[in-house]
Amino acid sequence: MAKGRVGVNEERCKSCGLCVAACPMKVLRISDKINSKGYRPVEQFKEGCIACKMCAITCPDVVLEVFLLEDDKACNA
Amino acid sequence: MKETKIFEKPKSMVDVTTHYCPGCTHGVAHRLVAEIIDELGIQEKTVAVAPVGCAVFLYNYINVDAYEAAHGRAPAVASACKRLLPDHIVFSYQGDGDLASIGMAEIVHAANRGEHITVVFLNNAIYGMTGGQMAPTTLVGQKATTCPLGRDPKLAGYPIRMCEMLSTLQAPAYIARVSVAKPKYTLKAKEALRKAFQTQIDGKGFSFVEILSTCPTNWGLRPVDATNWLEEHMMPEFPLGEFKTPA
Amino acid sequence: MGKRFLMKGNEALAEAAIHAGCKYFFGYPITPQNEIPEYMSKKLPEIGGVYLQAESEVAAINMIFGAAGTGKRVMTSSSSPGVSLMSEGISYIAGAELPCVLMNIMRGGPGLGGILPSQSDYFQATRGGGHGDYRLLVLAPSTVQEAVDLTMLAFDLAEKYRSPVMILADGFMGQMMEAVEFNETHMDGLPDPAEWAVGYMKQRGSRALVKSLYLDPEELEAHNWKLQAKYAEMTKNEKRHESYLADDAEILIAAYGTVARIARTAINELRAEGVKVGLFRPISLFPFPYEPLEALPKSVKQILTVEMSCGQMIEDIRLGVGKDMPVSMYGRVGGMTPSVEEIKDQVRKALGR
Repeated sequence: MAKGRVGVNEERCKSCGLCVAACPMKVLRISDKINSKGYRPVEQFKEGCIACKMCAITCPDVVLEVFLLEDDKACNA
Repeated sequence: MKETKIFEKPKSMVDVTTHYCPGCTHGVAHRLVAEIIDELGIQEKTVAVAPVGCAVFLYNYINVDAYEAAHGRAPAVASACKRLLPDHIVFSYQGDGDLASIGMAEIVHAANRGEHITVVFLNNAIYGMTGGQMAPTTLVGQKATTCPLGRDPKLAGYPIRMCEMLSTLQAPAYIARVSVAKPKYTLKAKEALRKAFQTQIDGKGFSFVEILSTCPTNWGLRPVDATNWLEEHMMPEFPLGEFKTPA
Repeated sequence: MGKRFLMKGNEALAEAAIHAGCKYFFGYPITPQNEIPEYMSKKLPEIGGVYLQAESEVAAINMIFGAAGTGKRVMTSSSSPGVSLMSEGISYIAGAELPCVLMNIMRGGPGLGGILPSQSDYFQATRGGGHGDYRLLVLAPSTVQEAVDLTMLAFDLAEKYRSPVMILADGFMGQMMEAVEFNETHMDGLPDPAEWAVGYMKQRGSRALVKSLYLDPEELEAHNWKLQAKYAEMTKNEKRHESYLADDAEILIAAYGTVARIARTAINELRAEGVKVGLFRPISLFPFPYEPLEALPKSVKQILTVEMSCGQMIEDIRLGVGKDMPVSMYGRVGGMTPSVEEIKDQVRKALGR
């Protein structure tokens, strides 16, 4: 299974929760932080992201970036 | 560990917060259009025609040449623009009130002329910007501020199925209905949009993609609940699929 | 003198537009202007242009919006009820500052009215048929040759001010035949569409927005003042009129378009009887040429306006001459036309003879 990481543009998030519902691994949640518009941005709160991009594909505000994580060794091989 | 970015904001999308309500899937449709524009490499020769309605500020989010059309008239504006700039890619982006109510004549005739334009039609079964009034696509029994007891077909008729209606015409080349309510639909929506734009690029004629979309605010539902409501109630009334494909 | 052609007014208007470089026409059939789209549908494809019959006047004017946004020379034509339908779109075109030429070959109203000549859309043309504080530059020809010349001028002025320009003619002007010549003119220093129009994103390095929405009231107010400054500039530069035998006249007939030429015949016949009568003929209806009315020859004691309406231009005449000069009106409407004899009788009556 691929490993991934979700980056969040917290200022853009409107706390709609669609990504939280879309994530098959349930690694996202609405955080306790508050952005300048008063929304609580989403956060990746645990390991286990599989870089499937479902969260980013469903996000209406292009808040999320998704990174694929690979071992350096695997890359060099 | 090596990090490779595999999802980011499309280049043709402006880096701003949209005015859309939380969970409104207009933003998803905007992003898909921008992704297609980037992937086809057509940003500098694409012209957008924005409607009156929630998507009136489309041009604030997608960085291409753009018009702001009068209510319902986007297909007329787009038709003329494309005829004068045949080497450009011209698309309109319209909601259900704009396209299926006040602009019904313009969309039908642009389709019937086989204009070489692409129409992106957001159907969320309600007037969003004006505050949740009944739309031509509002479902029977669905409540709206101007049908507080639910749409009564004896008074207001039935929801209009644009894809089916336009498919009776000979000229249109590509007609499809998709949704952006959940990722599995969104992936297919992108493919339909790609086909629609490619249809225009290939000079095959009129292309039309209806996107079933949510309006959590005016439906009175939380965003996730709205996506479920769309699946349960809109999809049976507006079946997804391709209705016409280019020969 | 160039080559002369015997042409119907509507066809001459269309040919003049083509001579002015207009290759794009969008319209919807309505009597009495149908020869214009018919002519365009034949000629424009021959020169690589576009003729498109819209599904309605509403669509046609929005096609003009789309076409004009590319900065190319575009036009539409219609007649009174059709222009009413177009009025919303004209407001958008004015708001978005797009150049285009509109022709209204007026017929009688209100409502479906009739199909015979009229001048009852003066208010609509000069005060704005659509919503918002906008103005059209309005030119009113009195002969087919003048219709040709003003049409060519209209395209230049539309570009100069990035504003819609209307040729306001009545059904007579559209249907009568006269000999015309097409004298090529071109105004220097017109703005380059590449600076503002859609279709130049690559060349310009930034996109163009064709829009009229300003939700911020301060922005919308600034936009309005910008438009008003433009109309002030038009008012300074583009007033046109003709005076005929006015210098020693006791009574001045004020008339425009077809009525002015009927009045001219009446004036000639009255002069032969020794009646000192002259003509004031506005050619631009907006901006209206008030100055000649503010400085009338001392001999002029009263004004008689003659219109194919119930009295519309008379309001501008009154604005021009002020409250001390008596102004009377003679109008025929619904497709009826003031005759030479009627005008002569009105002049005699006004003079108490």
